[in-house]
Amino acid sequence: MATTLTINGDTHTVDLPDDVPLLWALRDEIGLTGTKFGCGVAACGACTVHIEGEAVRSCQIALADVWGPVTTIEGLGQPGNLHAVQAAWVEHQVAQCGYCQSGQIMQAADLLSRTPDPTDQEIDDAMAGNLCRCGTYDRIRAAIRTAAANLQGA
Amino acid sequence: MSRFGTIARRTFLLGTAAIAGGVAFGYYQYARALPNPLPHGEGQNPITPYVLIDQDGVTIITPRAEMGQGVYTTLAALVAEELDVTWEDIRVAHGPPDQAYYNGGLMSHGLPINDYERSGFQEMMIEAMTVVPKMAALQVTGGSTSMLDAYEKMRLAGASARETLKQAAADRLGLSRADLRTEAGAVIPPDGTPIPYADLAEAAARIDPVTRGIELRSQDSWRYLGQSMPRTDVVAKSTGTATFGADIRLPGMKHATLRMSPRLGGEMRHFDASAAEAMPGVERIIDLGTGIAVVASNTWLAMQAAEAVEIEWGPAPYPESSAEMMEIIRAALDNNPNSTLRNDGDADEAPDAADIVLEAEYTVPWLAHSTMEPMNAVALYTGDALELWCGTQAPVLAEQKAAEAVGLDAAQATCHVTFLGGGFGRRGETDFAVLAARIAAEMPGTPVKTIWSRDEDMRHDFYRPAAAARMHGVIRQGFAHTLDGRVAAPSVTRQSLNRVAGFTPPGPDKGHVEGMFNQPYGIPNYRVQGHLADLAVPIGFWRSVGNSFNGFFMESFIDEMAHAAGRDPLAFRLDLARGEHAPTAGVLEAVADMANWSGETPAGIGRGVAMTYSFHTPVAIAMEVSDRDGAISMDRAWIACDVGTALDPGIIEQQMISGLIYGLSAAVMGEISFAGGEVEQFNFPDYDALRIHQVPQTEVRILETQPHLGGVGEPSTPPSMAALANAIYDLTGERIRDLPLNRRFDFIL
Repeated sequence: MATTLTINGDTHTVDLPDDVPLLWALRDEIGLTGTKFGCGVAACGACTVHIEGEAVRSCQIALADVWGPVTTIEGLGQPGNLHAVQAAWVEHQVAQCGYCQSGQIMQAADLLSRTPDPTDQEIDDAMAGNLCRCGTYDRIRAAIRTAAANLQGA
Repeated sequence: MSRFGTIARRTFLLGTAAIAGGVAFGYYQYARALPNPLPHGEGQNPITPYVLIDQDGVTIITPRAEMGQGVYTTLAALVAEELDVTWEDIRVAHGPPDQAYYNGGLMSHGLPINDYERSGFQEMMIEAMTVVPKMAALQVTGGSTSMLDAYEKMRLAGASARETLKQAAADRLGLSRADLRTEAGAVIPPDGTPIPYADLAEAAARIDPVTRGIELRSQDSWRYLGQSMPRTDVVAKSTGTATFGADIRLPGMKHATLRMSPRLGGEMRHFDASAAEAMPGVERIIDLGTGIAVVASNTWLAMQAAEAVEIEWGPAPYPESSAEMMEIIRAALDNNPNSTLRNDGDADEAPDAADIVLEAEYTVPWLAHSTMEPMNAVALYTGDALELWCGTQAPVLAEQKAAEAVGLDAAQATCHVTFLGGGFGRRGETDFAVLAARIAAEMPGTPVKTIWSRDEDMRHDFYRPAAAARMHGVIRQGFAHTLDGRVAAPSVTRQSLNRVAGFTPPGPDKGHVEGMFNQPYGIPNYRVQGHLADLAVPIGFWRSVGNSFNGFFMESFIDEMAHAAGRDPLAFRLDLARGEHAPTAGVLEAVADMANWSGETPAGIGRGVAMTYSFHTPVAIAMEVSDRDGAISMDRAWIACDVGTALDPGIIEQQMISGLIYGLSAAVMGEISFAGGEVEQFNFPDYDALRIHQVPQTEVRILETQPHLGGVGEPSTPPSMAALANAIYDLTGERIRDLPLNRRFDFIL
């Protein structure tokens, strides 16, 4: 039941049943714990990663169904080498407890890759699936605008 | 506390200790009887270390857990302000669990006094109360008290460290300490050649700490405090590199989950694990008495197997439905009161014929904390020791309770505190650490990480209790003349102290009536009584605790009185606050200014206001809502708070908005209900919270007129719910006396 995955550019083989969600392969087998478990039913967005650049809830994607290369928060950017979205998150001091922010950032990166200059409505539509119990939403919106401006100016 | 007392403590209470390759600076305890939790050399006096300096630089030890409220930043700034260290060079670590890190601020809320009126006597009593948490080893993050506790201690530790490092340099150079200054993590002698602190650390550990003649820097010279500092945790939390309890990984670690009785506190009669045992990756099924745990090679495999265990549960030790429980709570309003903590004038005075008399009853439901990170802990049991890794607001208690549960002494347990993926009071409990320890104790030598499913987390909380209030008011000539409030709910204080310490404290329960009895309103006849209802549903400290329901009851009823009097609700409150407590009047005036409050709203728009004084901070909130095709939209919010001294305005703004949204989520849609003795909500689809498109655009104004520090983590939650309900009244003319509001109104989805 071994599955070979490409994650953040590296190849990993995991020996788990085919129906195990990608989330639990990332966290428990591969050790990429930046992707968080929040609800297990795609209702909070904490587990958001990219597959072929598309934001998906990794708690709902069985290993057998992973259709392309996976990018997690660790692959988006690192301390000292931040992605524009992460840099905007730091600039606006978005995080409080921080637990949902990996998912928020991955969702925002997906939004900006498709919609470089999103309207308020487009931000709301893209981000409404990502829950934050600390209520950091106003700073998330501001950070998305800053990231959009910086990415377009780049 | 007198000035003399302050000086005497300062000179007595600072100290240093040698550590491997460096020095620790901190604070002696009252009787020097508490051992230093960090390793120290022979003959050193025990201190509470707040600053470590070694070859690697400066590490600031925070005695409080970081759960989003910014303590890793503001506590570090308290030290850094005095120590002259470059912000980017500071490292922050959580201190080990130890009685030495007791929270002296915590019990400042425990006295049954109106804490907005502080006499010298009351100040003395508050000071005396700081001894209580020391004795009970309450190293607790909660009660919005971290800054209150640390404000002086941590600045003094930084200042003592600075002066001691200067003395070490002076000794080396044959100069006087007065000839030296400090800058950017170094002592600067007259010739301008910096000596890094790291190079002086060992020498500093060998001399007596400088504790006399230290003056804390004046507020007008602050460089870090009073500024919005970059959070020390923000890069880690934006890159997935911050370690939460759920992220701990140890060699050979196994993954576990559990299923406890959904009838909280009920027994497990029988279980059949034969199907689960045969599932892939499953290593152990553990009988926990009132539930089961599955240990597997992967969390998901453990969760699948846990679902496959067939279990017969016993009944719940409380009535089966929330409706039956609410009847018991309401009936308690007619029982003898547990407390009468406010009784100004004569609340029983007969009204005049021209008076307007109002009666109203309110209820609020049970609420879950619903932290983003489900409960979890990692435990390693080795027969004679227990090691824990978890996000906890109460690490000393977690150690004690977990050790006890596996037959060890607290001294044999060690708890490593991680980042907390939300706390809100839930992580002040110890159940998740105890259960993880019990599971690990079944597999000696193997570290086991136990993560709860969202269902288990949602359905096994220590809930904010349901509560009811019966309010009576008299309006005379347009002013509040009488307010007589009764509150009934199960007692969080009693249940939680019974859990922690095994006794039920006698006497009045202040936490039960806080937010109603202690409001800075000059009402001639003002009485508040608390009535305790006895229900065995697990309850606990939920962000702002009793204020969370009393703020809604009180400020909804004040609004009813204002409208009955034909007065503007903001002006009506100002009448009550002016003359009683100027900072409270100040926050009301501030929101009026921010919102351009006119008392008039066009059709389709509603505005409401509410004010609660809690955690030593008055907070006023004005809300604006609108009708969007029959659904209510929360468009704007204005928050004004008076925190005395704003140590970090950026973090205070974050906390004010966070507390608002936490409260609005509860007001709009928060409800835990029971059927058949079981919680009916399983996951976010049943117990959701506000999303990005639903929250109001919010402005915060921070005032600094109070003569003492106020808390910031909780006090915006209590007035948020009433501000919204009052705005909806303005919009619709409907007075909602029972939360949540979505029972009656649609909100934009």
